[in-house]
Amino acid sequence: MEVTQQLKPKDYRSDIPPVWCAGCGDYGVLASLTTAFSANHASTANTVLVSGIGCSSRLPYFVTTFGMHTCHGRAVPIATGIKLARPELKVIVVGGDGDNFSIGGGHLPHVARKNIDITLIVMDNSIYGLTKNQVSPTSRAGMVTSTTPYGSPDVPLNPIAYALVYGATFVAQSFSSNARLTADLIGQAMNHKGFAFINVISPCPTFNKVDTFEYYKPLLRNIDEVHTDKGDKIKALSLAMTMGRESATVPIGLFYQENRPSYVELLSGIKTRNKGTNKPDLEKIIDVFKL
Amino acid sequence: MGKDIIIRIGGEGGEGVISAGDMLAQASARAGLEVLTFKTFPAEIKGGYAMYQFRVSAEEILSHGDTFNIVVVFNAEAYEVNKGLLKPGNVLVYDGPDAGIDPKPIEGVVQYAVPMTKISKVDLSSPISKNMVALGAVVQLFSFPMDSLVELVRNKFRKKGEEIVNINLKALEAGAEYVRSNIKKSDRFIVHPTKPEGDAILLSGNEAIGLGALVAGCEFFSCYPITPATEIAIWLAKHLPKTNGIVVQAEDEIASLGHVIGASYAGAKAMTGTSGPGLDLMTELLGFASMAELPLVIADVQRGGPSTGLPTKSEQSDLFLAARGGHGDFPRIVLAAATIEDCFYLTVDAFNLAEKYQMPVIILSDGSLAFRTEKIKRPDLAKLNIMNREVYSGNGEFKRYEITDSGISAVSLPGQPGGQYIATGLEHSETAAPKYSPDYHAMMTEKRFRKIENIEDEYAASEYDGNGDEDIGIISWGLTQCSVREAVKRCREKGLKVSALYPRMVFPVPVKAIRKFASSVKKVLMPEVNYQGQFAELVRAHAGINPIRYDIYGGLPFTPEQIEAKIKEVI
Ligand SMILES: Cc1ncc(C[n+]2csc(CCOP(=O)(O)OP(=O)(O)O)c2C)c(N)n1
Ligand code: SF4
Repeated sequence: MEVTQQLKPKDYRSDIPPVWCAGCGDYGVLASLTTAFSANHASTANTVLVSGIGCSSRLPYFVTTFGMHTCHGRAVPIATGIKLARPELKVIVVGGDGDNFSIGGGHLPHVARKNIDITLIVMDNSIYGLTKNQVSPTSRAGMVTSTTPYGSPDVPLNPIAYALVYGATFVAQSFSSNARLTADLIGQAMNHKGFAFINVISPCPTFNKVDTFEYYKPLLRNIDEVHTDKGDKIKALSLAMTMGRESATVPIGLFYQENRPSYVELLSGIKTRNKGTNKPDLEKIIDVFKL
Repeated sequence: MGKDIIIRIGGEGGEGVISAGDMLAQASARAGLEVLTFKTFPAEIKGGYAMYQFRVSAEEILSHGDTFNIVVVFNAEAYEVNKGLLKPGNVLVYDGPDAGIDPKPIEGVVQYAVPMTKISKVDLSSPISKNMVALGAVVQLFSFPMDSLVELVRNKFRKKGEEIVNINLKALEAGAEYVRSNIKKSDRFIVHPTKPEGDAILLSGNEAIGLGALVAGCEFFSCYPITPATEIAIWLAKHLPKTNGIVVQAEDEIASLGHVIGASYAGAKAMTGTSGPGLDLMTELLGFASMAELPLVIADVQRGGPSTGLPTKSEQSDLFLAARGGHGDFPRIVLAAATIEDCFYLTVDAFNLAEKYQMPVIILSDGSLAFRTEKIKRPDLAKLNIMNREVYSGNGEFKRYEITDSGISAVSLPGQPGGQYIATGLEHSETAAPKYSPDYHAMMTEKRFRKIENIEDEYAASEYDGNGDEDIGIISWGLTQCSVREAVKRCREKGLKVSALYPRMVFPVPVKAIRKFASSVKKVLMPEVNYQGQFAELVRAHAGINPIRYDIYGGLPFTPEQIEAKIKEVI
């Protein structure tokens, strides 16, 4: 077993230096993550960070836990497999808005409704960073990017509203430079039983010249000021739909939390999946085919 | 009886053709006979022509055979489909008279009319028991063991209540009674129970894959339903939880392979089952699993055609996809099952090879094999060797992707302190850090392929049948092997010098065995059920030989007759 002595945030950092641009919002998320790990005594051996592909998805390399850097959009199902096979592990998915809402968008409804006990942290910069400036599913209408030189014709999707409607049991939003709130929400999400979703607005100063730190700072409001009953889904949804990124205020904090059995708890046949503890009677199963 | 009998039952989908056939096959197996079944049915739920064929014999059965000896037709469509196949010596049992089937006499064909519809509808007021009336008539005509049938009917309908059991038993008896009072048997087909039951089991190809997985230690199965692979999931969903395993239905095939990859990373033996369209979707993650060196098993139960193609028919046309699908260079192993026994044992092998070489292993089965049931010897579990991946000992520096002579490096599992690493699809160093230099990519590519460089020496990749000096040698894979075995036997009985090579592993191509085989014969023939001669193409490319191809692509497997004729033509 690991020593239970509390590690400092920097002890969770690997010796691989981040490859992000100076000023990238993702640094803030990495810092908040290690703060949350430290505060929650996360075990580096029992924690797995899973990501897809994108600038943000590089994050697992910079941390000393177990991890997987997988294919574009597939972190969520892969993390699901880890959690179902080994429920005792803490499984956290990190990645971008393109990764999780576009190519991997089809997996979100299912991880949410099945209430798979994992945490998903989306670093939402409303742009494709790694592929250098293409429109993302959270880019605002009319946004000019390399693939939308005349302005994006698409209506952006609303991550918080989607997570709520799909049935996520923990839904929150934060802002990259608000380290304390982000770390606090990550800690809560990790301790939440069921699917926890945190959308972290994480500006990309290199390519997104619209959704910048400066743009957001004056708009951010702690949601607790207007929303205290975290079990009120309709209120949470209404706030998500009316106080979006293009409105006068952008709420950050916990939108919704619900206590619902997780998939692992509901599945029959899973006990503690410790190897070799119970020998199944295979002969009895083969008897099914006896003449 | 003759050496064996092939009985075909044809009717409309939903008319009970399959369940009547299943019961006859099961009763024959119980009577000590060898049994092999072959079914085709429409993709639609109701309506369309459904066919159930089974072969019973006192001796080993090699394939589903050429055609039938006895055909039982439930309706006019089934008669129309089969009438052209009737030959002297055959028996036709049909619903009639006065049921819309009006067979013309055919020289040498015995015809028996049994009023199946009338008996069930009018005499018994139970139209749905028509198949039981037919079954009773067949049992009586050909001396199937009636007691066994009665017991099977009881078991099948027990859950539905005493009343339903009685209606069905009454129908069974009414069919038999009609034959006793009205028909004078004038054919030569009689089923004789021969051997005692023995330690045998009866199961389908898909069930055998499920059982093989369970026995190999599979702990996790995730899938998305697709014909003809779904029964693997259905069977495992019922039985895997008994061994503490998990079965998940994912939102699509990408997610199901994703689940399997995650479970494998976490240390579980994991598998998915699919058919061609699903395997298409999985190819990106297949490459990832190979790159990240994760053991896992994919059963691809091939259907016919590209796109949605022929969902309920079968073809051997996913070989290119299984062996070549995916971008970039990455190793994988592909095994091909020919029989129900193969479905079981090759699934066990697939898990073992996946664990040993830490890479994805694909088992190719097909639609015909999926639904075919066959009696096989009960597996002796004590004799099975179950392998596990090499796990990091916890001592010394851990390099997940350490460059070794064998190419294989120890893996750690989450939870193991000191074993932390990032499984990755990016090119990487020995410690899994991203590395894109040409040197690294070359070195790591070689490491990954080195794992299977000597696989042919380490795994019994093929079976040879010959004595080293034949006029013609046949290389076949998958289900085609069954008909080849029977054709080879017949040809040898006629004095032809024929040998055969039966690869179990089709990728990497067992080059050494194929070269040796090719040099022992004058000509090599490769029959396959696909248009492009997919295995022949791989054999040509890898072993450097130039076989004579024989490709069929109608959605049905080869008959022994077809292979025999081709051998005679090219020898
Ligand atoms: C199947 C596939 N399609 C496309 C890509 C190219 N690609 C890599 S990252 C990316 C989008 C990244 O955007 P996002 O997920 O928002 O992450 P960010 O880089 O902004 O953090 C794309 C399209 C890929 N790697 N794989
Ligand atoms: S491109 Fe944008 S998202 Fe990517 S590292 Fe640079 S700042 Fe961050």
